[in-house]
Order: sequence, then structure tokens, then C-alpha cells
Amino acid sequence: MLERIRSDFWYELLNSPVTLASAIVIALMVIGCSFAPVFAPHTPFDPATISILDNNLPPAWADGGDPRFLFGTDLQGRDVLSAMLYGGRISLLVGIGAVALSVVIGMTVGLLAGYFGGMTDAVLMRIAEIQFAFPPILIALLFNGILKASLPADIFAQAAVPIMILAIGLAGWVQFARIVRASAMVQRNQDYVTACHAMGLPTLTIILRHITPNIVGPVLVLAMLQIAVAIVTEATLSFLGLGTPLTEPSLGALIQIGSQYLFSGIWWVVIFPGAMLLVMVVAFNLVADWVRDYLNPRLR
Amino acid sequence: MTDILCKTTDLKVTFPHRLGDFTAVHGFDMEVRRGEIVGLIGESGAGKSTIGNAIMGLLSHPGQVSGGRIELEGQNLLDLSDAALARLRGRKIGTIFQDPMTSLNPLMTVGEQLAESIALLQDKPMAQARNMAAERLDAVGIPDAINRMNQYPHEFSGGMRQRVVIALAMAGDPDLLIADEPTTALDVSVQKQVLDLIRSICIERSLGVILVTHDMGVIAETADRVYVMRHGKLVETGPTEQVIHKPSQKYTRDLIASIPSIECCEERFRNPVKRTGEIDQWLLAGHKDQSTDDYVTASALTKDFAIRKKTFWGTSGSFQAVDIPGLSIARGEVLGLVGESGSGKSTLGRMMIGLVQPSSGSIHYSDHGPLAEVRSRAARKALRRDVQVVFQDPYSSLNSRMRVDHILAEPIRFHGLGERAEIPRLVGALLERVGLPPDAGRKFPHQFSGGQRQRICIARALSVRPRFLLCDEPTSALDVSIQAEMLALLMELRRSLGLTLLFVSHDLAVVRQVSDRVAVMKQGKIVECRDAEHLFETPENDYTRMLLDTAPRASGHKEAINLRSAT
Repeated sequence: MLERIRSDFWYELLNSPVTLASAIVIALMVIGCSFAPVFAPHTPFDPATISILDNNLPPAWADGGDPRFLFGTDLQGRDVLSAMLYGGRISLLVGIGAVALSVVIGMTVGLLAGYFGGMTDAVLMRIAEIQFAFPPILIALLFNGILKASLPADIFAQAAVPIMILAIGLAGWVQFARIVRASAMVQRNQDYVTACHAMGLPTLTIILRHITPNIVGPVLVLAMLQIAVAIVTEATLSFLGLGTPLTEPSLGALIQIGSQYLFSGIWWVVIFPGAMLLVMVVAFNLVADWVRDYLNPRLR
Repeated sequence: MTDILCKTTDLKVTFPHRLGDFTAVHGFDMEVRRGEIVGLIGESGAGKSTIGNAIMGLLSHPGQVSGGRIELEGQNLLDLSDAALARLRGRKIGTIFQDPMTSLNPLMTVGEQLAESIALLQDKPMAQARNMAAERLDAVGIPDAINRMNQYPHEFSGGMRQRVVIALAMAGDPDLLIADEPTTALDVSVQKQVLDLIRSICIERSLGVILVTHDMGVIAETADRVYVMRHGKLVETGPTEQVIHKPSQKYTRDLIASIPSIECCEERFRNPVKRTGEIDQWLLAGHKDQSTDDYVTASALTKDFAIRKKTFWGTSGSFQAVDIPGLSIARGEVLGLVGESGSGKSTLGRMMIGLVQPSSGSIHYSDHGPLAEVRSRAARKALRRDVQVVFQDPYSSLNSRMRVDHILAEPIRFHGLGERAEIPRLVGALLERVGLPPDAGRKFPHQFSGGQRQRICIARALSVRPRFLLCDEPTSALDVSIQAEMLALLMELRRSLGLTLLFVSHDLAVVRQVSDRVAVMKQGKIVECRDAEHLFETPENDYTRMLLDTAPRASGHKEAINLRSAT
């Protein structure tokens, strides 16, 4: 496997311009958003640095645009580009964090169910199926609602991002559990696992050292696809007003704010965050598709 | 009888690759006449299947014919358009593939598939095609063809299914039949019948047949002329008798010499040259094989598998895979376990080393006591150390994500057989002992060939200093020349280290070479178990005799088939 990555990985990647472009877009977004305070031209949510006089400026290239604000400003005079970078940081954090949580839960459940089979499998997978019957967004809504009702308002506002990660992560683990279970059932019957049994190796060693590395391929692909889904789920929840607070808006929250002004001609406040969300999700999907094809030589 | 049906001239097949093209066939000349069977033999990677596929125009992507001619009745197939070539397939050229499981559509009845092909290829109305299908099935030896037409492929046995595939290949009355390893997936007793059928069809309809195989025995029994291939080149060609008995090339001689004989036990396996490595002392450390009692004894052993029987509440019913009154293996002995697929030999082998739990009965190790009483952690660990296994498939039996030195070091560390600092040296010595370079540990399993991987598997089994080794078809996935090396290595290790071996195989010739005693299994029961020499020379059981008679041999027997199919 490693040998193939060494020799073929870059070749395959460089031969797929769409994937390469998507990978570059993801890299730029991740770097730009992670270091938002460095790259953003303004600090959009610090009242000391914004001026109400700059409100509703169109993008820099349009009539009446100001070169200081590339994508224009919103009602309170905040820079849209800076807000996008800060908002993108939250979206990416929630997306990647939620998927990481889903992977940990899903892999644990899937490995246990697939390896042990029988009663363990039946119980775990029935739980997973019950969970699967609820739409993920409903579970996230439910979880979010319970915490909102049970936690004091100020703590809830501060913990908005971890709560989103928890809510979306808990809603998304079932797919990982299913795919890991199926792979684990295949690997369990391979001779190399039987050889481990013959050596008398403990079960935990067999699962972690031998089976897990052999099932990361499909998990990796699903994880990349799910990051896109998690980002959209977060945006949806924020759009519905259940996500991040307005003082710390994610992309979804920015779109929600902007959508109120769409028909008053201030289109740039919603279009640019919306476009960024779209590009981010499409790029993750394209890269995930490529990784799937790369790991499956028969499709090449 | 002498007109040439198919001819390839200077055929070249290339698989383009960005790091340089791979030429699978370098300028191959071959002629096939009507009414003869031409054998194409070679080890894996020799390019023999590629030639068959090139003639059919079905090279797998991105392979292409890069030079030469393929003529069928004087017409160059390479000049034809894809559509014209597609019209020839089935009508002029029929094919039989290796695996009868996957070459039939599991969702269509056998009759339907055959009738569809006949209707299509011969422009017959469906009703007439159905009648013809029944006749064809009858002709390939399927009893009660009219009724069996309405059955699905899974209701046929492997041999019967391959007969259906042959009928299907003959549906368009082709002139040329390409059979690619037609019997490799079949048991020996069935293999002979299928080969006889191909032979008789060839003579009756004066077909040209290209028989692609790796098995010299199949060629010897079936082919009129043979082409020996290696690395995409022709090594030697001539009438089968001549090539087998008086091979002119060294490669052919070596190939034939490496085939284990079923008739006698060869010296090279019986008394292998003893090698010793510095590792041998480590391998023998801590063992005291003083006692002379049997290493392991099984009594009244059975194994039932639950089978799916549809009831409302789920599954029920069971199938008895193994049922034997008793079996024991003496210390230092090699017991061969022979049987056809599904005879329960692998299950029995795995029960003997405690990998599969018996349904009833007991297994007693003289060093560890009854298996059922080996409960404590320490006792289990000691048993697991003494008893090891080498599997058939060298690909799935190594963890492809682990480096070879890690694969070997893990059991040594786990069983505490070496100080942390000396483990790398032990791993290198183990690899050297099984005939690999000591630095092979730095690579991953996929960087090795099948034979080398099997050596790694043997090294892994040895890494815990075992006394008893289960070899589950250890050579069945390997080429003959590699197979001989592997058998020699196993026999040498057994001799040097005094190992006890349970050698499971379907290949009688291999078992004869290695075994002191042989047990023949049929449908979960041992039908005969005696010392190897007597069992092979004077088999007492009818089933054993049948197995011995039907096993393909690299010499003799061909005349008998010729006579039978002529009548």
C-alpha cells in the first residue's frame, strides 16, 4: 500500500485536474480559515474596529465599492470577507470535529459488532438501525434543544461549537458503524486473522493492530463525504437559528443574516458566504470520490 | 485433418504503462488444426491466457495486440472491426473459462441460458432453440436433461456446471474452442470426466481446441501437441509424447522434473539435504521430546455446522462436516490428510490444532493434556506456542498493512521468546532460515511473489518455536517449480527440527512425497488410513482406488482416453 502511494499517488492526483483543483481549494480554505486572524483584513466582530459609516458597501469592484472591503460590508459595517473567513473556521471545525466523533463511535461499534458477531452484533446493529430511522438533522435538533433547555443561556452560548460537534457527531455515527462492521466481518475470516488466533494473540491486539489498519480505506472515503454533509447540517441548523450565536456566526448563520437583506438589493452579504459553502462542499465531495477510486484499483 | 484452422504469426501483446510498456507475449507462432487439441502450458505470468484472450479479441484493458497476425481460416482477425469480431465469437470461436461458478448467470435457468445462446447464434426461434438446448445438454452428458434444464446453476455440481459451460461454448457450433484452465477449479475425479468430454467433442466435430493450463498432467492426458511458454516466449513445441518424454530444452526438463510423482516417493523429498542455521538452536531451545507417545490423539470427533433452512423463526438444521472415531499423530510423524473439496479435511485439521471447536469428542495433546482442560491463560499460551499453521493462500494469510519484520517480531515478543534487543537479529535469522534474504523484513508482503510469501508464512509459524505444524494445502496456490521448493523446505525443516506435521492436501502426488502415513477422507469420514507406501501401492478402499486412478499423470494414460473417445 505504502509503496503504491509513493509511486502512484502523485501521478494519479496530478492526472486528475478536477481533483487537484478541489484539493487546492480545500487547502486554501483550511489554511485561510484556520489562520483567519492573520489573513482577514478586519476583525469583524470587534465593535472597536468597525464603523457604522462603512455599512452596506458593495463589493470593491462595484460602483461605490471601497477597496478596503473586497466583498463589501453588511448592515453594521462589518467586512463580509473577514466574516466569511471567521465563519468558515467554525464551519470547518464543526464539520471535521463532528466527523471525528462519528468515526470514533462508529468504528468502535462496527468493530465490536463485526468481529464478535452473534448477540453483540444483533444488539448493537438494532440500536444503530433505530438511530438511523431518525433523520440526522432531527437528532441534532433534539440534542441541541435538550441542551439549550437544560443549560444556562450564557454557558450554552459559549459552548455552541462543542455542542454542535456533539449533536452532529452523534447523529452521524451509524453509517460508519455499518461500513466498518461489513469490512470487519470480511477481515475476520481472512487467514491472517486465523494465524493471529493460532499465535494466541489477545483479541484486542488482533482488532486494533491487525484488523483496523485493513479497514481504514472505506472509512477514509466516507469520512471525507461526511465532512461535507456535516458542514451542510451545521449550516442548516445555524440557518434555522439553532446553531452558533450571532456574535460568532458560522457560514450558515451568515447566510441566515444575509438572506434577510437579499431583496433590498444588498446581495453580497448572502451570495459570498453561500458560494463559499457551496465550493467547500463540492470540493470535499470531489476529493472523496477520487480517494474512493484511488483505493479501488478495479475502478481505474 | 491437416488443414490449419487457426494460426498466429509473430504475435505480440503489450500492456502499456506509464513506467514503460509491459510485453506479455513476444512474437508467438502457433498453429491449430481441425480435430486436434493443442496444449498451451506455462507457469503463472507466462502469457498463456493472454494468447487465448488475444485470439478472442478480449484482452483486458489496456492490453493490445502490438504486432503479428492472428488468422482464423485464413482471415486475419486483427483486420476486422469490433462488430465483425463480436459476430465471430460464439459462432466461430467458443470459450470455456476456469470457474464454472462465475461463468453462468445465477438468475437464469440453465436451459434458458443455453436456449438464448442457441437462438441468438443460430437464428432459431426460441421454441426450437429450447429443444436443441435439451439435446445439447444430453450430448454433454447431463442425465435427465429435459428436467434439469429448468434448474438454476447452483443446483448443479461443479463438474455438471462445467459441462453446461461446455454446452454453452458449443451453442454456436464454433470451429475453434478455447479452454482456459477448464478443470483447475474441479476435483480430480470430475476433472477426468470433463477432459474426456472435451476430447470426444473435439474428435466428433473435428474442432480445433486450444487448452490453456498450468498442469502438465492435464496436457499429458488430453493434448496432441503442446507449446511450452515462459515469460511470454515459446520455449519448446512438439507432439505431447515427445515434449514430455524427450524434452529438448532445459526449462521444459526442469518443469517436468519438478512435478511430484504419484507413483513413487522421490529421494529429494524423503531425504532432503540437511541445512542448519545458527537459529536452529534457538528454535529447539526449551523443548524436550523425550517421550515416544503420540503427539496428539483425537477420539470420537465430530463437527456440525448449522445450515440455513428457512423457517419462520430463522435458521435450523445442521450438516455434519466431520465424524471420525479416532485419529492420532505420532511424534515426529508426517500425516497426510487427503480428500476432495468438501470432504472436511480442512475442518478436521483445524480442530486438531484447536482453532475450531469440535461439536463432540475430545482432543488430547501428550504435552498439554486434553484440549478441553487447557483453560488457564498460561496453559493456553503454551499450547498456542507449540501448535502452528501454514495456510493455502499466501495472499490473505499475511496482514498486508504490516511490514514483514513486524509480522515476525510480534509473536516472538508476545510469547517472550527473545530480549527486545535481539529480536531484529532473530527475525533476520528466521528469514534466512526459510531461504529469504535477512533484509526482506523491511518490505511489505505485497512486494514478494507467492512462493516467497509462503516462506514468510512458514517463518511466522516457526517464530514461536512450534513442535506441531498444520499445513493446510500449503502448495496448492503455487506453480509446480515453486511447489517443489516449498515441499523440500518443509521436509528439511521437519527433519532438522523434528517437527510433527499434519499435511492437508487434495493433491495425491504431493501427499505421497511428504507423508509417512496417509488418511483419506470422504464426506467427513476417514475411509482409509495406513502408511503411505501401502496405501498408494495397494489401496484397500474403493474410493481411494478411484482417486488414485483418476489423478492426472504426466505419463501413460493418454492412449486409454484416445481409445475410449474413438468408440
